[in-house]
Amino acid sequence: MLCVLTLISVIAAGALAYVNKMTAGPIEENKARTLAEGINTVLGVSDAQVQETKEVEDANGNPVIIYATDKGVAVQAIDPNGFGGKLSVLVGFADEGSIKGYTVLEHAETPGLGAKAGDWFQKGQKGDIIGKNPGEKELTVSKDGGDVDAITASTITSRAFLRAVNVAFHAYAGASAQADAQSGASAQQHAKVAPEEVTVPEVSAEGQSQN
Amino acid sequence: MAYLLIFFSAIFVNNIVFSQFLGICPFLGVSKKVDTALGMSAAVAFVLTIATIVTYLIQGLLESYNLEYLQTIAFILVIAALVQMVEIILKKVSPALYQALGVFLPLITTNCAILGVAILVAQGTYNSQGIEPNLLTGVVYAVSTALGFGLALTIFAAIREQLATMDVPKGMQGMPIALVVAGLLAMAFMGFGGVDNGLAKVFGI
Amino acid sequence: MKYLSILWNGILKENPTFVLLLGMCPTLGTTSSAVNGMSMGLATMAVLIFSNFIISCIKSLIPDQVRIPSYIVVIASLVTALQMFMQAYTPEVYKTLGLFIPLIVVNCIILGRAEAFAAKHGPVESIFDGIGIGLGFTIALTLLGGIREILGTGKLFGTTLYSENYGMLLFVLAPGAFIALGYLIAIVKKTAKI
Repeated sequence: MLCVLTLISVIAAGALAYVNKMTAGPIEENKARTLAEGINTVLGVSDAQVQETKEVEDANGNPVIIYATDKGVAVQAIDPNGFGGKLSVLVGFADEGSIKGYTVLEHAETPGLGAKAGDWFQKGQKGDIIGKNPGEKELTVSKDGGDVDAITASTITSRAFLRAVNVAFHAYAGASAQADAQSGASAQQHAKVAPEEVTVPEVSAEGQSQN
Repeated sequence: MAYLLIFFSAIFVNNIVFSQFLGICPFLGVSKKVDTALGMSAAVAFVLTIATIVTYLIQGLLESYNLEYLQTIAFILVIAALVQMVEIILKKVSPALYQALGVFLPLITTNCAILGVAILVAQGTYNSQGIEPNLLTGVVYAVSTALGFGLALTIFAAIREQLATMDVPKGMQGMPIALVVAGLLAMAFMGFGGVDNGLAKVFGI
Repeated sequence: MKYLSILWNGILKENPTFVLLLGMCPTLGTTSSAVNGMSMGLATMAVLIFSNFIISCIKSLIPDQVRIPSYIVVIASLVTALQMFMQAYTPEVYKTLGLFIPLIVVNCIILGRAEAFAAKHGPVESIFDGIGIGLGFTIALTLLGGIREILGTGKLFGTTLYSENYGMLLFVLAPGAFIALGYLIAIVKKTAKI
C-alpha cells in the first residue's frame, strides 16, 4: 500500500514540476509587466524604458529601489508602520523633484478606510500631493503642521504613506545629486539634500486612533 | 521585547479567528461546551507549535533544492503525518492526555489555522513591525497564535453555553445566532486595532 | 435527469455553505466584495471538479489504509497547480485572495466530497457533483460578498448604487462578515425551507 502512495506522490510531483516549468515564464512576464505599468502610471507616460535599477537603504535600513528611465525617475519605497503593517509605494518624480504621480503597490490597511490611499492623494482629490515638492517642504498631514489633508479617519495610514513618499524623494534626490556630481554637471539644484540627510520624520505618539 | 510584541499582537490585535479568518471550522464546530473548547485549544497549540518548527525546516530544505512549488503538498503531508504521530505517541506515553485530546486530533489536519500559520511563518510575512523573521520569532508567533485561538474559542464557547438557555427566535437558532455572537466578539477585538503600533513605540522597536 | 438532480442537490439541498456549513474560512475571509467572493468560489470549484474526477477514477487502485493521504496528495497537487496558473494568468485575483488559495487544500468541502461522493460514484457523476457543489459554494460566496459590498461601500460588482458615505463600513470589516453570514443563513433556511 505504501507503493501506491509513493507512486501517487511521485506522479503528483512530476506533474507539478511540469506545470511549474510551464508557468514560470508567464509569472516572470507578469511581474515585469506590472512593474512597467506602475512606472508608466506614476510618470504619466506610456513607454518608459528602465535604463538603470539601483537599490539603496533608507535611514531605517528599509530597501528603496530607484528606477531611472528615459522619461524620468520612479522610486519604490516602503514604510513599515501603516495601520495594518507595511505600506509600499511607487512614486514618479519630475526633474526638479516635484511629484509626478504615485501608486500604492502593497498595503494591509483597513478596507474602506486606509485602503483609500490609492485614490485620496491623486490629482484633484482631497489630499492631492501631485506637483508638490518634498524637497521644499516635507510632506506631512495638516494635523502635524503640514499641508496635506489626511484620509478621513485614517491619520496613521496617511502619515505612513507620506513618510514613504518622503523617503522615496530623499532617495531620488540623493541618487540624482550623486549622478550629477559624477557627470560633473552642476549639483546645485540638489545640493541642499545630500544623501546623508536621508531621514524619516518621527511620528508623534498622540492621535493614534483610527476608525 | 520584540517577542512580547509578537505575542501581544498575535493574540489580540491580529487574532487568528477574528481578524485573519483562519480556523473558523473548529471555532464554530467545537464551541458548544467550554470543556471541549479547552481540549481543542490545547490540541491545536500542541500541533501548531510542532508543525511550525518542522515545516520551517522543510521550507529551508525545499528552498535549497529550488522546489518551492512543492510547499503546499509537503506541508500538508507533514501536518497529517505529525498529527498521526502525536496521536500514537500520546496513546503510549500519556493515556490521560490522549483521553482528553484524542477525539480532536484527527480534526486538526483540516484546521486551516495550522497550514495557514505554517505558510505564513515559512514566508516570513507574519509580523508587520519590522522584526527579523526567523525560527525563534516564528515559534513565538505560532504559540501566541494558538493562545489567541484558544482565547477566542473559550470565550465563544462560554457565551454559547449561556445562549443555549436563552429564548432565541426560531429562525435564528443554531448557527445564525452563533455567527452574530462571533461578529460582536470580532467587533470587541477590533478595539485592539493599532495597539501594536503604540506598543512598538513603547518598546522602542 | 439523474445528472440534473446531482447538480440541484449540490446547489440547494446540500449547499456547502448554507446547509453543510463547511469551508467557513474562505467564506468569511474572501467575501469583502462580490467579485472576490466569486473568484474564490470559482477557484474552489475548479479544484473540486478535478479532484472529484481524478479520485473517482483511481479509487479502485488505492488501498483503504492510505485512502486519506492519497486524496490529500491529489488535492494538494491540484491546488498547487491552480496556484501557479493563477499567478501566471490572473495575478490580480491571486493577490487579493492571497493565503486562501493554498488553504483550499484544507477546505473540508473538497476532502468531504472526495470521501462522501467521488469514492462511491463513477467519474461522470463525480464531475457533476463537483460542478453542483462548486456552484452552490460560488453562489453562496457571491451572495455574501454582494451583500457585504452593498451594505459596506454602496457598490455592487464595483458599480456605485449609492454614496459610499452612507455605507456601513462595518460590513466590509471582520465583524460584518460574521453577522452578514449569520443573517444570510437564517434567511436562506427560512425561504428555502431546508
